[in-house]
Amino acid sequence: MSADPLLSVKDVVVDFKTRYGNARVLDHVSLDINAGEILGIVGESGCGKSMTALSIMGLVPDPPGKVTSGSITLDGVELVGMTHDSLRKIRGKDIGMIFQEPMTSLNPVFTVGEQIAESVRLHENANPKAAMSRAVDMLKAVEIPEAEARARAYPHQLSGGMRQRVMIAMALACRPRVLIADEPTTALDATVQAQIFDLLQDLQKDTGTAIMLITHDMGAIAEMADNVAVMYAGRVVEKGAVDVVLSAPQHPYTKGLITCVPHLEPDPPTERVELMEIPGVVPALTELGKGCAFAPRCNEAIDRCTGEKPPLLSTEGTHLTACWVAQQEAAR
Amino acid sequence: MSDVAPSADVLENRSLVVEDLKVHFGGGKTLFSGNKPTVHAVDGVSFTIPAGKTFGVVGESGSGKSTTALAIMRLVPVTHGKIALGDTPISDLENEELRAARHRFQIIFQDPYSSLDPRKRAGDIVREPLDLMKIGSRAERDAKVAELFTQVGLRPEQKALFPHQFSGGQRQRLSLARALSTEPDLIVCDEPVSALDVAIQAQILNLMAKLQRDLGLTYLFISHDLGVVQHICDEIAVMYLGQIVEQTDRVTLFKNPRHPYTKALLAAVPSVHGNKRDRRNRVRLEGDPPSPINLPPGCRFASRCPMAEAQCRQSSPPLEEKATGHKVACFLV
Repeated sequence: MSADPLLSVKDVVVDFKTRYGNARVLDHVSLDINAGEILGIVGESGCGKSMTALSIMGLVPDPPGKVTSGSITLDGVELVGMTHDSLRKIRGKDIGMIFQEPMTSLNPVFTVGEQIAESVRLHENANPKAAMSRAVDMLKAVEIPEAEARARAYPHQLSGGMRQRVMIAMALACRPRVLIADEPTTALDATVQAQIFDLLQDLQKDTGTAIMLITHDMGAIAEMADNVAVMYAGRVVEKGAVDVVLSAPQHPYTKGLITCVPHLEPDPPTERVELMEIPGVVPALTELGKGCAFAPRCNEAIDRCTGEKPPLLSTEGTHLTACWVAQQEAAR
Repeated sequence: MSDVAPSADVLENRSLVVEDLKVHFGGGKTLFSGNKPTVHAVDGVSFTIPAGKTFGVVGESGSGKSTTALAIMRLVPVTHGKIALGDTPISDLENEELRAARHRFQIIFQDPYSSLDPRKRAGDIVREPLDLMKIGSRAERDAKVAELFTQVGLRPEQKALFPHQFSGGQRQRLSLARALSTEPDLIVCDEPVSALDVAIQAQILNLMAKLQRDLGLTYLFISHDLGVVQHICDEIAVMYLGQIVEQTDRVTLFKNPRHPYTKALLAAVPSVHGNKRDRRNRVRLEGDPPSPINLPPGCRFASRCPMAEAQCRQSSPPLEEKATGHKVACFLV
């Protein structure tokens, strides 16, 4: 952990101008990913998970959005404020991305082989033939049977799991150092999700790529990630090693996220208990007060929570929590 | 009315019996030449839901679970088989008889965004079934709508809002209110919480459990999420390619799964209690299910089954009771 992180996001603020006023979609988000690490990011919709990914890729829609302050560095190189041309050289080459919906993020009029080869041609100046043979190799690497034949297939001829494999092959074709996977298995069945997770872990072991895994599924985090950041209303509210955060969550939101999901028990109790609920919904980002954004839904909130935003501070070693109550407990 | 628990003879009439249900699409001749392929979406499904209980159907996409739900609702043509809700033979009804019986069985869909009319006010959406069924007088219908809103945790003054002004969870509450408006005996829930955020799922699941306790409803609950099914269902059927491969109560299915497909499905679900090392030991399924057009002659799972033997590829195993209340369709258990 002593070496500089491969990808470092520091105090990034992203604002969106809306009809209802300024929406701060990312509020001083800081994350580090080391080479070979899998960082999980969890939270409900609208918590800023995908926006974090887009800001790293330099894809925040501008206007209406804007990276107001902060710094994102890849191996020491600053990405915020970089020209479009230089960013294009990094996107797809040093940072690869897998999107949630494998149906809409592939181009229906090109064969999947051509689409994988495209990034190799552009980023590595490979000739079409070499690029195509790399594409076939990538399809083999993601365990697609009859890779040569499949490379000539169009996206609609493949199943959902196959398409997601193609997306992974495409993202990894130029051997990126960072792979951002935005809900890569949400649209897939459980058995296919398991295949994709196995594949991502195998590929990561072989290449040492750092992976940022965005998901809303705590189970996926437990199985895949080394570290986890929990986001709520544009802020990181808890961060730490996966086993620590999942076994001893500090922030009431993290606790809620873990307990409100009906987890599959190998030996379910005969009596059924009512599920824990997090009352209410995620607040509109234009209507955040000066206190903790989670306070209105929190059953542990104290007076201080509604008046002052809690900073993200250590509650135990490298386990960080942005919660006044948890910090009080830790100080005791 | 609805706050009072229903009497015993009403409850009696609330059990659902499905016998050898088949739904096939396609078939027949094409315009120019040859036969249209037949898709065997549901191929011989039988189960019984006792009154006031929740029956879960799980399976992956393409397993036929949603088609089963739609067939019971009579929203797709039933190719073969019997469906009876209490003394009403749903599968035999046609036209006006069917329409009149529809107040007894209602459905909630997966996507709360596309299943509510965006141009209708929330109150009118919930009221529409009452108007169509001509239940009560105008004033009674208004009172009923207000009562339904409270029952599902919405405020009666929200009646004037349009669907886009509600969050996903609130919209699913609206769908529930609409389904409840005709005082049905059976509610078919087709992935009712899959499109919702995790924190909102719990709210809706608790609400559904409460409504069942208060009103004695029978639920058919379709889902791909095994955690949710384990939580809410009394009995569960696992479907694969249009057939039930295993069926038993909620405790036994998870404690002692017997069909290789059920085992693989359970193992595929990531667990918060697990860790990265555990997952290497799990049963791993290769490939995708075969096409429901060209079905293999033997067991439909044989091509992906880690245990398959020669007989599995020749004849298809029947769904048999292997232990009390535990049915499995596999030669090897």
